[in-house]
Amino acid sequence: MSSTAITEPSGPRPKHLTVGRIGLYAFLVIAALFFLIPLYVMIVTSLKPMDEIRLGNLFALPMAPSLDAWFKAWSSACTGLNCNGIHVGMLNSIKILVPSVILSISVGAVTGYALSFWRPKGANILFGVLLLGAFIPYQVFLYPLVRMLSMVSLYNSIPGVVFVHAIFGLPLMTLLFRNFYAGIPIDLFKAARVDGGGFWAIFLQLMLPLSTPIIVVAAILQITGIWNDFLFGLIFAGRENFPMTVQLNNVVNSSFGEKEYNVNMAATILTAIVPLVVYFVSGRWFVRGIAAGAVKG
Amino acid sequence: MKPRFLRFWMAQLALAPAWLIVIFAYIGTIIWTIQISFTNSKVFPVSNYVGFTQYSRLFASERWIISVQNLAIFGVLFIAGCLVLGFLLAVFLDQKIRAESVFRTIFLYPYALSFIVTGLVWQWTLNPTLGVQQTMRNWGWESFTFDWLSRGDRAIYVIALAGMWQASGLVMAILLAGLRGVDGELWKAAKVDGIPTWRVYVHIVIPILAPMFATATVLLATAVVKVYDLVVALTNGGPGISTEVPAKFVIEYLFQRQNLGLATAASTVMLITVLCVLAPWLYVQYFRTPRSAS
Amino acid sequence: MANVSIRDLEIDFGNLRVLKTLNLDIAEGEFIVLLGPSGCGKSTLLNAVAGLLDVSAGQIWIGDKNVTWEEPKDRGIGMVFQSYALYPRMTVAGNMSFGLKMAKTPKEEIEKRVAKAAKILQIEPLLGRRPSELSGGQRQRVAIGRALVRDVEVFLFDEPLSNLDAKLRTELRVEIKRLHHELGSTMIYVTHDQIEALTLADRIAVMNGGVIQQLASPKEIYRRPVNRFVAGFVGSPSMNFVDGKIAIVDGQPRFALPNGKTVDLTGYAFEAPPQDGRAAVLGIRPEQVEVVDNAEGFSAIPVDLTLVEPMGADSLVWGRAGNSQFSIRIDGDDHIDTPASIDAFFSPNHASIFDAATGARL
Repeated sequence: MSSTAITEPSGPRPKHLTVGRIGLYAFLVIAALFFLIPLYVMIVTSLKPMDEIRLGNLFALPMAPSLDAWFKAWSSACTGLNCNGIHVGMLNSIKILVPSVILSISVGAVTGYALSFWRPKGANILFGVLLLGAFIPYQVFLYPLVRMLSMVSLYNSIPGVVFVHAIFGLPLMTLLFRNFYAGIPIDLFKAARVDGGGFWAIFLQLMLPLSTPIIVVAAILQITGIWNDFLFGLIFAGRENFPMTVQLNNVVNSSFGEKEYNVNMAATILTAIVPLVVYFVSGRWFVRGIAAGAVKG
Repeated sequence: MKPRFLRFWMAQLALAPAWLIVIFAYIGTIIWTIQISFTNSKVFPVSNYVGFTQYSRLFASERWIISVQNLAIFGVLFIAGCLVLGFLLAVFLDQKIRAESVFRTIFLYPYALSFIVTGLVWQWTLNPTLGVQQTMRNWGWESFTFDWLSRGDRAIYVIALAGMWQASGLVMAILLAGLRGVDGELWKAAKVDGIPTWRVYVHIVIPILAPMFATATVLLATAVVKVYDLVVALTNGGPGISTEVPAKFVIEYLFQRQNLGLATAASTVMLITVLCVLAPWLYVQYFRTPRSAS
Repeated sequence: MANVSIRDLEIDFGNLRVLKTLNLDIAEGEFIVLLGPSGCGKSTLLNAVAGLLDVSAGQIWIGDKNVTWEEPKDRGIGMVFQSYALYPRMTVAGNMSFGLKMAKTPKEEIEKRVAKAAKILQIEPLLGRRPSELSGGQRQRVAIGRALVRDVEVFLFDEPLSNLDAKLRTELRVEIKRLHHELGSTMIYVTHDQIEALTLADRIAVMNGGVIQQLASPKEIYRRPVNRFVAGFVGSPSMNFVDGKIAIVDGQPRFALPNGKTVDLTGYAFEAPPQDGRAAVLGIRPEQVEVVDNAEGFSAIPVDLTLVEPMGADSLVWGRAGNSQFSIRIDGDDHIDTPASIDAFFSPNHASIFDAATGARL
């Protein structure tokens, strides 16, 4: 037996790139292509003139790249009879986005805080119904909401659609903050109570300064979610105030005459830019947002 | 000591907006919707009760039946596809590979995009005259045909594909977090026991990830029932009515075809379906282990 | 049963050398404890023996087989982990039999072995339960059972008791010791808990910085630590260290304290002839100190006592000797007034003296 010992090599095991490893990377690269191709197609198409597009070489790089389609999409593409481009929608989207994000996060933070630490009578029922609300198809709420909002003259207005975003953002925002506050030691809250802190003092001076991470997560979720909304903008904002997604769909799907694919794709990219920037800038926070919204606290 | 209610009156006050939203915007609207569904309202709600007439009319409507069928096809393909693709991506990303964060970023970015953008991009990429089909033919594959968007019997599969493209990254992110949470010593124990890697995944890891699969499934299922913008952008229900879905059916009968009774009946059916699927999961997830009272 | 031989083993993590040309021979049926602070390389060594790490250089032999590159399952080892690492959604019986099923062991054989292991570990009533329904102690019994059924020659324990509370830890420690007597298998056991090491081991390997500092019986490690690290690491409270230097007075070795006073060292077994003036550290264990001069051949060190910690059976008296903290263990029934300045008496042949610069025993 000891004779074999001499012939046995004693150095490190030779490293070899196994077949499995190659297959692993091959799979990942192919998957990456699947996810990237539409983005690539979108970008190259927006840079091509129409006669180049008619050749039907979807993946070819533009021979004569130009930004004409982008300018047209921005300022003179037609949605129905209006030919003011997609920038009107972008302004509307911003006007809807900013107050909606602030309102929904504020209400969600206070509700989550009250539910997590104070738990007054009925808190569990409230939370249960809120949670259910997060999953119920919006179609059930729409018509009565339209009637209610027109009763208070908010239908077909920006405040109206902001209000709707706050209503339907509440479950997720509450869940987010409630779970976050559930992770804060209850003893901290008790100490603040013993020190004489009231409801708002504890919230504003103790909890809110601790909440930066979850506020960032909530903002990421709400900015992408509200910017990407189509249904509420279509139904509650009114023709004058259509957000970008609705205008984009009108530009692409209801234009008369020949379809200008390059303009369409430029408009699509313009609409996608805000959430894409949020995604790439926020990086891991975006993933945290998904996890925070998805996993129980 | 003051009674509990009085002690917490400020907390109750702070919850007032949430209560108002729940009572009026959620419960109130649901009751109102259900009430309308039992009337023969057309443009405006009337209180002319007709029992279940709207429901029988609904299920006699070909458009509704097609919508429900499409929802089933889309739902099964979309959920299964996202779970399988998302799980594979997560597992492959968890093998100590290079440039993991680059891959992760690529797999997840579509989830930041709206369904409208997703639908329009895929509508163009798979455009039957100038999209992938024509490109393949230009490259010399003359007989290549991929015209599913213009075929009534296939267009729904394209919608499912676009949905998978958008949401698989979500599943990947959730499951990757789960995989990273698996105790490293479990892997060691399995190695000492001589269990092949794939069996560890099947018999040990997947059961551990079960709650995450459940969460992902619920999130995807919610998206399935709500699916509206994707269809509007990608096919607008066409060709013909071959890709109609319930959410679109309701919106159209509410706001364009002015048939409130039928539309509310349809949305009530959607509501009941969702509640049946959801109730057990919600119970397990949130109400079995409440935090002990302070 | 098999012996384990580790020959010139080196392990690198990137540029960091975690184990430095390590040699260790473990006899058949021996119980070896790898003891050391976290990051000393003890777990790395155990994982290398298990085959869970690639070695950079050197060989590992189990029995008469070079297993350096064998898969863990082919090494004839069973392993028990700190976090138990039970497969969560399987029953206890399922956990114990999974490896055997993978090895295509016949069903009757599996049942026989599981039943036998369950009997040895007294977990028969638990076989149908899931890990989540077990207490920590029960989980670790099951984890041991999982190693047991595989009929292995060498058992590896990676801090198996660290997640348990004090009472269960004692209970399971005795259990593991009983198991070793019953099976007679070779066991390698990693811990940072010196009580576990002292109670369980046939031999202890005290490790630090990727090197085995001392490999010896628990008694030897305790009585004659080879360097200051081992002396300070083993024993609670820690050995008292007093700085000073060696002085040869009239041909007799003495220990010179910083205040000029010298202490007689007659009776201390020097490793090499003592050198006059060499900076040194005198080490005395708290229980080897007497507060009254009741024997011949004792030397005395002045100590300022500050407080007494009664611990039931005995009491610890804390104070200072020169610049260093000094503790004395006395009988619980004895009484000492504090603060007080006393002479602490010790027998030089029970003391340890280390080189101040290298830490090596003199």
